Amino acid sequence: MHELSVCRALLDRALAVAATHEAASIGRLVVRIGPLSGVEPGLLREAFAIARTGTAAARAELVVQRSAVRVRCERCGAESECPPNRLICSHCGDASTQLTGGDELLLVSVELLAPAGDEAIAR
Amino acid sequence: MCDTCGCNVTSGNRHLLDRPPAEGAGAIEILEGLLSANDREAAHNRAHFDRHGVLAVNLMSAPGAGKTALLERTLDTLTGTLRVGVIEGDLETENDARRIRAHGVPAVQITTGSACHLDAHMIHDALHALPLTALDIVFIENVGNLVCPASFDLGQHANVVLLSVTEGDDKPAKYPVMFRAADLLLLSKIDLLPLMDDFAPARAETALRALANTAPVMPLSAKHDIGMAPWLDWLRTRRAACLPSQAD
Ligand SMILES: Nc1nc2c(ncn2[C@@H]2O[C@H](COP(=O)(O)OP(=O)(O)OP(=O)(O)O)[C@@H](O)[C@H]2O)c(=O)[nH]1
Ligand SMILES: [Zn+2]
Ligand SMILES: [Zn+2]
Ligand SMILES: [Zn+2]
Ligand SMILES: [Zn+2]
Repeated sequence: MHELSVCRALLDRALAVAATHEAASIGRLVVRIGPLSGVEPGLLREAFAIARTGTAAARAELVVQRSAVRVRCERCGAESECPPNRLICSHCGDASTQLTGGDELLLVSVELLAPAGDEAIAR
Repeated sequence: MCDTCGCNVTSGNRHLLDRPPAEGAGAIEILEGLLSANDREAAHNRAHFDRHGVLAVNLMSAPGAGKTALLERTLDTLTGTLRVGVIEGDLETENDARRIRAHGVPAVQITTGSACHLDAHMIHDALHALPLTALDIVFIENVGNLVCPASFDLGQHANVVLLSVTEGDDKPAKYPVMFRAADLLLLSKIDLLPLMDDFAPARAETALRALANTAPVMPLSAKHDIGMAPWLDWLRTRRAACLPSQAD
């Protein structure tokens, strides 16, 4: 279950952000995950619930944005959405495609909470 | 998946939508790869390899597809021409490293314990235990697993994925993350093909091509010394491309 390693990396980064801004805790973490990143959102959630224990993110919510798999065809120029195991151009069938989305594994944002309570820290 | 915003709204997280949007409410935008620390370490590893003109090859497959057997046969054939070192990833045992050392080659064992993959930090520790100045190729035998290893850059120059004929020719379609990353696909245990009448090498290749992957596909058998020459040629070509004079 490499989601736990991914989760630790996520928490390390988020906790560093919180420390830099002298926040008391983290309210919400937004991540973006593509089907070709190799990370399962469900497993990431489970891992997150374990890994956050005892940290400033102990009560943080994890929001997972899923991105779609998209390729752009170098031959006909078409851009199409496709299943993760069929990355050839759906218009002309050519295999010379570039992935334009779907392999993201991204920390999008961290919402910080001020020491006093639930009030978010302004930038 | 929600059609309006593309997020995955479930009964468990719907309440989050009712909260004010993160942006502007004290949310710090990061937009950074979740594995950026690993990726930085991987780049550092690659710099180590490059400085020494060493080709680093990451061997990945399902458990038991024949990675160690391939390494053993490869080492015996390369002896005297290319100097090889091996980093072995294994959950519990030192068996694979012992098998490699029996061929007179330096091997570092990384016992991952519960981890199902190697990461760049583990490789960094291991490569400082290898005599890089005296090597031409370093093989990294990843943990047998078709899921996790593909997500972690180790600093390798090439990914070689083994698919044994006993596993089924639809594996590239089932594990696209792994097979998309392959720079070379080896169909291993090809000697067993007559027994596996439902494995068609052409179907395995078609499934790989559906991933828009143009990597070469080579059938071989380490055990019976079949098809080793194209693999060894591939290695020599890739190693030549790593020499400092040509890299500059
Ligand atoms: N018939 C046949 N058997 C092979 C071949 N290569 C390996 N094997 C057998 O497959 C089994 C597993 O081989 P290994 O080389 O240990 O596989 P591995 O991928 O290193 O396994 P893990 O490190 O545990 O993931 C052993 O019993 C080998 O003898 C081959 O080319 N033909
Ligand atoms: Zn795993
Ligand atoms: Zn096209
Ligand atoms: Zn092995
Ligand atoms: Zn170093």
